[in-house]
Formats: sequence, structure tokens, C-alpha cells
Amino acid sequence: MTDKRIDQETGTETTGHTWDGIEELNTPLPRWWLWTFYATIIWAIIYTILFPAWPLVSGATAGILGYSTRGEVAAEIERFNASNADIFGSLETIELAALPADEDLHRFAISAGESVFRNNCSQCHGAGGGGVQANGYPSLVDDDWLWGGTLEDIALTVRHGIRNEDDPDARWSEMPAFGEILEDEDIAKLTAHVRSLSGLGEGDADGAVLFDENCSSCHGVDGMGDRFLGAPNLTDVIWLYGGSEDAVYESISQARFGVMPPWGERLGEAQVRAVSAYVHSRGGGEDMAAE
Amino acid sequence: MDYLKLVALGLVALFAAIAANWAQDVAYMVHAIIIMLVAGGMFLWILRGMEEPVAAAPAPAPTGYMDGPVRYGVIATAFWGLIGFLAGTFIAMQLAFPVLNFEWGQPFTNFGRLRPLHTSAVIFAFGGNALIATSFYIVQRTSSARLWGGNLPWFVFWGYNLFIVLAATGYLLGGTQGKEYAEPEWYVDIWLTVVWVAYLAVFMGTILNRKERHIYVANWFFLAFIVTVAMLHIVNNLSIPVSIFGSKSVQVFAGVQDAMTQWWYGHNAVGFFLTAGFLGMMYYFIPKQANRPVYSYKLSIIHFWALIFLYIWAGPHHLHYTALPDWASTLGMVFSIVLWMPSWGGMINGLMTLEGAWDKIRTDPIIRMFVASLAFYGMSTFEGPMMSIKAVNSLSHYTDWTIGHVHSGALGWNGLITFGALYFLTPKLWGRDKMYSMPAINLHFWLATVGIVLYASSMWVTGIMEGLMWREVDANGFLVNSFADTVSAKFPMYVVRGLGGLLYVAGAVVMCWNMWMTIRDPKPAVIATPAE
Repeated sequence: MTDKRIDQETGTETTGHTWDGIEELNTPLPRWWLWTFYATIIWAIIYTILFPAWPLVSGATAGILGYSTRGEVAAEIERFNASNADIFGSLETIELAALPADEDLHRFAISAGESVFRNNCSQCHGAGGGGVQANGYPSLVDDDWLWGGTLEDIALTVRHGIRNEDDPDARWSEMPAFGEILEDEDIAKLTAHVRSLSGLGEGDADGAVLFDENCSSCHGVDGMGDRFLGAPNLTDVIWLYGGSEDAVYESISQARFGVMPPWGERLGEAQVRAVSAYVHSRGGGEDMAAE
Repeated sequence: MDYLKLVALGLVALFAAIAANWAQDVAYMVHAIIIMLVAGGMFLWILRGMEEPVAAAPAPAPTGYMDGPVRYGVIATAFWGLIGFLAGTFIAMQLAFPVLNFEWGQPFTNFGRLRPLHTSAVIFAFGGNALIATSFYIVQRTSSARLWGGNLPWFVFWGYNLFIVLAATGYLLGGTQGKEYAEPEWYVDIWLTVVWVAYLAVFMGTILNRKERHIYVANWFFLAFIVTVAMLHIVNNLSIPVSIFGSKSVQVFAGVQDAMTQWWYGHNAVGFFLTAGFLGMMYYFIPKQANRPVYSYKLSIIHFWALIFLYIWAGPHHLHYTALPDWASTLGMVFSIVLWMPSWGGMINGLMTLEGAWDKIRTDPIIRMFVASLAFYGMSTFEGPMMSIKAVNSLSHYTDWTIGHVHSGALGWNGLITFGALYFLTPKLWGRDKMYSMPAINLHFWLATVGIVLYASSMWVTGIMEGLMWREVDANGFLVNSFADTVSAKFPMYVVRGLGGLLYVAGAVVMCWNMWMTIRDPKPAVIATPAE
């Protein structure tokens, strides 16, 4: 314990306490520090009067500006909806087949659809729509369509999804797992035959018979598939889960298929149509007339 | 007494063995085996010592202080620091190069399991050991009293490090309750509570035994840190175990209440663990190293009470624009803004203590470390209130800006001040004149500082960039970028961040080498500071 003394370097008095040789100066609070501190307190009081702040027994003070974060978001959504009302209205009402002919509307639909796609679809179908074969997410940039490639077909798929439990109108089909029905060697023969349909490998006569008996009802006698059932075309060298022997064998044995959620309610009709137009424009879109 | 200990340890080992046998998950089983081995080992150790004649108690150090746990704590701090920095650099590289989530290491070495290992290793293992060691050192010197509680400080040190081992192995094995900075499961939480109460007892007991009339300011901060962390820890970890033989537990809070409790805890883990506790270190080491009086006693009182009162209300700013009601969000924001000056009070008091000794920044690398540490403290305690403003937060939230903010605080403020403290303590605790190599300290300072600058600036760039990309809409209100676009845009900055981490680790390696050379240096100096 030492007494108060004047510190030479600063000319300030010490408090007189010492701990392990440490003294303290009796410097007053820095003015700028104190005034800034007061200013933040005054600002805080004003801010809590203007905005929702103080909790009461049930609820809280609403603030005299009437601000709420929900209100802010709602206003912003409303603003865009209002400015898009006209063009969304046209998009919702136009006959889909006629959309490509309306150049301005079609261009708007594709660019709006691209944004919808990037934020909602690219997680599975890939940023460019190329799909992810390892997980069975179909490529959308080729001209091979499981359920049809016209604007109407694509819009129906987007609106209701595939094999989901949420939408009773979802497109639905299920291939049986042939691993539980056929012997392993039969599946191997079938694999050889299926691959030969796309010109891969030798093929197998027994496999062709097995195909006729077990697969042709959905995939067609010639293996061309059936879009009404979502049964893939097996002759086009485009594979949902890959075309290697192992991949095809597993597809037959385990019966793999994907699920897609319904987007109709979440996106609304205008955005469903927009994203359909975008997907349709990716290279493989089919004309209504051609159907 | 020894018989009692034997019975207790035997029972613990037995119960742990039973628990390991009936364990419902692998994390719990491994933990039961660790506890069984620790209890069994201590059982044997006590048993072997029983028949030995009671050796004369080792002569107390000439200072009369209990420095054994402080020495162990200094080494543990350096060790866990290195582990934590390495883990952090590795997961930073995993973000840049996802292939580092090795197939053979699934799921143990995945980012998701290593990230809590990194945060806990740095905050609780490195920071926690630093706080325990320095608070034990400081409270003895500033109270002129030996640590209270006999061997209790040893229990605090070993018990706390057992907690760290249980926490870290739990994360890797998938035992987590999924609350940030509070991941350990219920039995680990209970153990930490026991250790923490012992820590409080040692600290309070020493202060009550003090021979100085007043309690030094550093000890106010340490006490606030210990008491508040105990409260935060208990409330945020209130949960009901699914089974006594399993690690899983269910939180008592749900939904937005759970989120609010979590961030009340999370924010004050920063406020009381990483700010108040480390300010306690600052208030001792800076005046000692600079050999100058503390700048302003009045400022220390006012900023202490303002900080303690305000910090506890600021947590809701972590939950802006969520299900949290607007009023709570507003209060979290205004309390954060008002907190700005009280936080800066510590910086002013630290920096201005150098008044009359500014030349030491040039000549003393340890002082330079302390000054840089306070500069980063001032920067992040300005950045924090700024980011708590809703308009700023709507851009910064969920982006890497937050990660950069945390790291300029953790690497800059907590890291540098701890390194300075280790350089201060190592020669004193092992009776050496000074550190083995002063140029190595200088090298460490520059490696660490450049590392932090690379880290913080790359995260500012990438954080603001991704915030802007996320909110970018075209004229019709459609989002312009997909999430994957922002991820690929961040790649170069992730590499820069990883490089910053590498530099920081390199600095820590230099420090460990320097400490090792100092401690094994065979020529102890004769000086020893007597107790007053």
C-alpha cells in the first residue's frame, strides 16, 4: 500500500492503491468517450419509441412508426406483384401452345423462368439443367423426355411433381424390383439385352425373351418406352442412372426411380409457366403440333 | 481420507464400466471408457501411494504462491491452441477444396464434425485454459494470497481438461446437442458445472483471503466472467436425457424460445468468456509489461459496470429477421449500440496505459502484441454493434462477414493477448530471465498479424459479395443468382482465408518452439518476485 503520488510522465495523480506493483492513475473519464456514450443512450431511447421495443404484459409497444419486419416484406412482395401484375396476367391466361408465338411474352417467360429454375430446380437438376446421373436427376437439356416434352407436358410435371405424396395429381408409375422376381442370372441376361437395345454389348437371346415377358408392357416391345407411363426409352443411349452393366443391372434389380415435389402452389401459375418455358427452351423442347 | 477416495473412485470406475457395457451409442460408450480409465488410473495411483511414508510436503515456493496449475495451464493453452488452429485451417481448406472431406474418414473427419471441434478447441480449450491459468496467476499476485482450497486448483485444471477431451471426442463420434458453442451432451455439461463451481470456489476463496484492501480491477472482470458463465451454461443446457445410458438429451425449451436462450448464451459466451475474462488478462499484463500505472481508475469502474449490465441484453441481434418478435430484435440492437463505448473503455484504458512508454511498441515485441490485440479488440467491438443494426444485418447475416468478424476478434484480440501473456508468464514461471528468442516473438507477431489481415479481409470481401449476390433481383423482382453461384464465386477468397490460417498456425508453431527452448534452458535465473 503506497500513498497517492503524482505520476511524472503524465502529471496525473495516482489513486494510492498498489497491487503487485500496479498503480492506477486518477484520470477523469475522456470527454469524447462519455459524450458518445450518452449519445448512444439517447439514440437508443428515441429508437425504442419509434420502433416496436418494450415488452408489456401481453404484447409489446408497437412503436409510433408502425413498423414491422413482416409488414416490410409484405410491402416489398406487394410492390413487385403490382408491377408484374400485367405481364403475369398475360402469362397465366395465354394458351401455352401459343406462348412461343408471342415473342415479348415468351422472352419474359424464359428469363423469369431461368431465375425460378436457378433458385428452385438447380439443386437437383444442376445449374445448367444437365441433371445428375449418379442420383437419377434427369437431364433437361437433351430431347429425351420421360413424361413428354411439350410446354403443356413440362408445365404439368412442374405443377404436380412426380411420385410425391403431397399432390394427388402427381405423375405416378413404379417399376417393380425384378431382383425379387427373377433369378440373378436372368437379370444379367436382361441387362445384356437392354444394353444391346442402345447398341451396347452383344445382347442375349434369352434376355430378349425375358424382356418380352416382363418389360415390354411398359417399355414397349421395341424398348421405345411409353411417356404415358413415364417408362424411359431404352434405345436412345440416354440413361437416367447410367448405362454401364452394373448400373443397368442395379436399375432392373432394385427398380430405381426419383421423386419430384409439386411446385404449383409454391410458385403460382405464372412462375410454373415461366420455368416450363425456360426448360422447354433448353434445347429439347417439343412442339405441340408435332404430338 | 485415502480410503474414502479409493471407494469413490472405485465406484465411479465400476459405474463407468457398467455404463460402457449398456451404452446406447458410441459417443457415450467411448466416454464411459475414458471415465473408467481415468478413475481406475487415479485409484491405482492413490493405492500405490498409500503405504509410502508421508514425504515431507514440498517446501513452498519462495514466493508462497501456488504456480503448479498455472505452469500446466500455460502448456495446455499452447497445446490446445495449436490443435484448435490446425483444425480451423483444415476445415477452412475443406470449404475451399471439398475433396478434403475424405471418403475414408466418413463421417468422423467431415466438416460438420470438425467445425465444433475447432470452435470449442479454440474458445474453451485454448481460451479457457488461458483464462484459468492467468486468473490463477493474477489473483494470487494482486491479492498477495496463495490459491485457496489446497489441491482444488489441480482439480480445476485436470477436471477442465477432462471436460475438453470428452467434448472433443463427443463431437467426432456424433454426440452433440446441436447448440452452437454448447454442443456437449448432458453428462459432459454436468461435469463442467462441477468443475466450474470448484473454479469459482478457488477464485472467491483467494479473493477473500487477500491481503490488499481493495480488489484489483482484473479480478472484477474474472469474477464477472466466472459467475456469468456458470449461469449461462446451466440455463442454456437445461435438458432431459433420453436415457442415463445414452448421450442423447432433449432441450426443455423449444422453437423460438430455444433459439433465444441459445443466443443469449452464445452472445454472452463472447461477452463474458472472450471479452470480460480477457479484459481481466489485459488489466494485469499490460501495466506489468509496460511498467506503467493503469490509465484511469474511473474509466475502469464505469466501463466495467456498463459492460456487465449491457452485454447480457444484446443476444437477440443474432436472430434479426427470424421468428423472434420485432420488439426483442429491437432491444437486442439498441443494447448492442449502447455497448459500443463501454467496450471501447477497455481499449482506451489499455492503450492509454502506454502513455509515457510508447517507445516500447518499437522495442518490445510483447508490448506490440498487446497493442495489436487491443487494436483488433477495438475494431471488432465497433464492427459488432454496427452489424447488429438491422439494416446492416440484413446484408451481413448468414454470410462470411460474420465469420470474419468473429475471427478478427478471436485471432486478433483473444489470440494475440494470450500469446503475449504466455510470453510474459513462461520465463517467470520457470525462473528464466526472458524468452529464449526475442526475434522469434517478433516473427510470431508478424506471421499472426498478416494471417489475421488475410483472414479478415478475405471474409469481408466474400461476405459482402455473397450478401449482395443473395439479394440481387432483376427489374421484375426475380433473384439473379442461385446459391451455387455464390459458392463458386467465393472460391478464391476461401483459398486466401486458408492461407491466412496457415500463417497463423505457423506463428503458433514458432511460439511453441520458443516456449519449449525457454523451459528446457538449463540456466535458471536467480530472481524471484517475493510476495508483498
